[in-house]
Amino acid sequence: MTATEHGVDRELELDLYRRMHLIRGFEDLVQSLFLRGEVYGTTHLYSGQEAVAVGFASVLEARDRVAATYRGHGHALALGVDPQALLDEMLGRATGINGGRAGSMNVTSPKDRLIGSFGIVGGSIAAATGAALALRRTGGVAIAFFGDGAMNQGYFFECLNFCRVQRLPIVLVCENNGYGEYTPFQEVTAGAIRARAEVMEVPAETIDGMQAWTVRDAAERAVGSARSGDGPFFVEAITYRYVGHSRSDPGKYRPDGELDRWRERDPLTLLRARLEEAGAETAALDEIEGSVAAQLAELEQRALVAPFPEPQAFTEFKD
Amino acid sequence: MARELAMPKLSDSNEESVVLRWLKAEGEAFVRGEPLLEVETDKATVVYEAESDGVLESILVGEGGAAHPGEPIATLADGAAPAAAPAAQARAPRTTAPAATASTMDFRSAVREALDEALAADERVILFGEDVAVAGGVFAVTPGLYEKYGAERVFDTPISELALAGAAFGSAVNGLRPVIEIMFGDFLPLVMDSVVNQMSKYWFLTGGQVSVPVVIRSVVGAGGRFGAIHSQMPASWFMGVPGVKIVAPAFPADAKALLRAAIDDDNPVLFFEHKRLYGLEGEVNGAPARIGEAAIVREGRHVTLVSAMRGVHECLAAAERLAADGIDAEVVDLRTLRPLDGDTILASLEKTTRVVVVEEGPLTGGWGGEVLAVVAERGLGDVDDMWRITTPDTPVPYSPPLEDAHLPGADRIVAEVSRRLG
Repeated sequence: MTATEHGVDRELELDLYRRMHLIRGFEDLVQSLFLRGEVYGTTHLYSGQEAVAVGFASVLEARDRVAATYRGHGHALALGVDPQALLDEMLGRATGINGGRAGSMNVTSPKDRLIGSFGIVGGSIAAATGAALALRRTGGVAIAFFGDGAMNQGYFFECLNFCRVQRLPIVLVCENNGYGEYTPFQEVTAGAIRARAEVMEVPAETIDGMQAWTVRDAAERAVGSARSGDGPFFVEAITYRYVGHSRSDPGKYRPDGELDRWRERDPLTLLRARLEEAGAETAALDEIEGSVAAQLAELEQRALVAPFPEPQAFTEFKD
Repeated sequence: MARELAMPKLSDSNEESVVLRWLKAEGEAFVRGEPLLEVETDKATVVYEAESDGVLESILVGEGGAAHPGEPIATLADGAAPAAAPAAQARAPRTTAPAATASTMDFRSAVREALDEALAADERVILFGEDVAVAGGVFAVTPGLYEKYGAERVFDTPISELALAGAAFGSAVNGLRPVIEIMFGDFLPLVMDSVVNQMSKYWFLTGGQVSVPVVIRSVVGAGGRFGAIHSQMPASWFMGVPGVKIVAPAFPADAKALLRAAIDDDNPVLFFEHKRLYGLEGEVNGAPARIGEAAIVREGRHVTLVSAMRGVHECLAAAERLAADGIDAEVVDLRTLRPLDGDTILASLEKTTRVVVVEEGPLTGGWGGEVLAVVAERGLGDVDDMWRITTPDTPVPYSPPLEDAHLPGADRIVAEVSRRLG
C-alpha cells in the first residue's frame, strides 16, 4: 500500500516518527551510558526494530495490554512509559519506573498497559495469553511481542493452541530480526514461521517490519480481528537488529555487508522519505529530530544525578 | 436366577468406592460390555461394564452410596427382561458431591466445596486444568462445577502445563483470581518457569502495585502404586522460591478452610492434595483458617512429631502406639510448609525437648531440614534430641512391598522414637 493509494495521515505519522526517533535515541543513549559504566549487567537494544512496536502501539486502546521481551525498551516507550523513569531504571536509581528493582530486562508498567518485559524467551506469550483470558470479559486485546527465537519454545506452541481453542482476543507478534541470540534463525528453525500459526487455523500475515505504516495497517487488521471475537491473530514482522544480541555481543557472526544493506531500509529513513513525499516540510521533520535530541540530553542529565535507592528489606508477601 | 453384583476392586489401594451413577434402571436389560454404573474410587471415576448379559433386578446401593470391594451393590437376573423405561433421573448428571453431610465429609468433597463456594462468592475466580470441567477431574474432585458456573469460568485445557500456568499468571495480573489444577505434582516441573520467573517475582518487580492471586492445586505423594513419576512430593522443589506459599493440609476441615484462604490470598499459592487422603472423612465446620499457622493435633510431653499431609496420620497412629509404651508424643501438623510456623514448633519443643520431623520426601534438601534449621537457630538450648525420618534419596518404587518400605510410616516412627527415647 503506497501513500498515494491510501493517503497519509500526516499528523499521525509525524507522531510515529517522533516516537521512533525517541526509541532510537534512547537506545543510543543506553549504549553510551553502558560503556561509561552507568548501566549495569547487560541490556538488549531495540535499534532497527522501532517500526514494529510503534506501529502496533498506535492502534491500541486504553483497555488493551501488552507483554514484551527483555528487548523491551522500545515497547515501553511506544506505549507511553515515561522515558525519564525508564532511563532512571536502567541506571538503577530510586526514581526508576520500578524503583531500581527491575533493571533493563524486567521492566513492568501496568498503568501504561505494559504487563511486563519477560526475561525468559517465550514468557511474554504466556503472560499475554492469560491477559487475553481476563480481557475477553472487557473487550480488550492482549498483544504478545516475541522474537524468532521464541518460535522454538514450548510456550509458543502451547499458548497458540490454548488461545485458538479458547478463541482468546490476542495478537501474537513475532519480530523476526534474523537471529536468535547469536545464531541465524534459519539454521535452527524448521519450516516457515507463519505456517506454524496457519496449521492451527490462526489467521497469519508476514509483513515488512521496517515500514511503520505497513505495521500499523497490519496491526489494525490483527487487533480488529481479535477484538471482534475471531480469536488469535499472528503477525510475523520481518525486521533487523542493528546491534548484537546483548551488550556483550559484538555481532561478528553477521555476513559482511548485511548490516549495511538493512540500514538502507532503516525504518526512520523510510518513514521520513514517505512523509516528505506526502508534503511534510523538511523543517518540521528536522524539528522533531532536534527536539528529541534535546529531550534525550535532558533525560541523561537528570538520570545521572537521580538518587540511588537505600538498601531496604523487602516484604515477601502481600498481606 | 438372581445373582449379586459386587462392588468391583478397581485399584490396589482402593478401600471404599462410591456409586456415582447407575446407567441402567431396575428392570432394564444389558448385554456384556455395556456400561452399568459409574464408580468413584479414591483415585478416579470409572465406568464399570457388564461382564455378561443380564437384567438389573434391584439396586442395593443407590447413587451417592458407598461400598467396599466385594460388597453387593445390586442383584442381577439372567437373560432378557421385558423392556422397562430407564429412569430419567438415573441419567441426570450428578451435581452434588457424594458422602457429604452438613458436618462430616471426605477430603475430596471438602476441596470441592471450597471451590464451589469460592466460585459462587467471587466472579473473578475461575477454574481450569486438564479434565477438570466436563469430566469433573481425574481424581473426581470437581464434578458439577462446570455445569454450575459455565464454560467461561470452569473449563478444560489442552495438556499444556506451560500454557496453563502462564495463562494463570497473565489473567491474575489482569484482574482475575485463577485456580488451576496440575493433575499430578510430578508435572509441576513443567510450570517452573511460570511459577519461579513470573508469578513469584511480579509483586516485587511492580513495587507492590500488582500481586498475583493464583492457586495451583496439585495431587501429590506416594502410596498409590503409581511409580516413580506419579508419586513424588514436590514441596522441596519450591521451598527456595521467595514469594510462593505452599499449603499442605492433612484433614478435610483444613482442606476446605485453607483452600478458601488460598483463593482469597493475593499471593501465588501451591495447594497440595495428598492422593491417599482423598477418601479420609472428617468433621468440617466451616471455620476459617490462616495460611502459615501450624496446629497441635495431639498434645504430649515427651517428644514432638512434626509432619504434614499423610505423614500427620502416620504420626498420630505412631503416637497411639507409643503411648502404650509410656511415651507421650505431641503431633504438630504444619498445614503450611512455606512460610513455616516456627513459633508453634518451638513452643512444642520447649515442652518436649525432642523434635522428630516426619517428611514424605527425600532426606536431602527437604523441608524437614528447614524445620530443624529453625529449631537449631532459635531453640537449640531446649533440644535434647532432633532428627528426621524421611524417604531415602532414591525415586519412589512401584511394587507394593518396595513402596511401603520406602515411605516413613508409623512402624518406623515407633521404632526410631522408642530406640532413641528408650
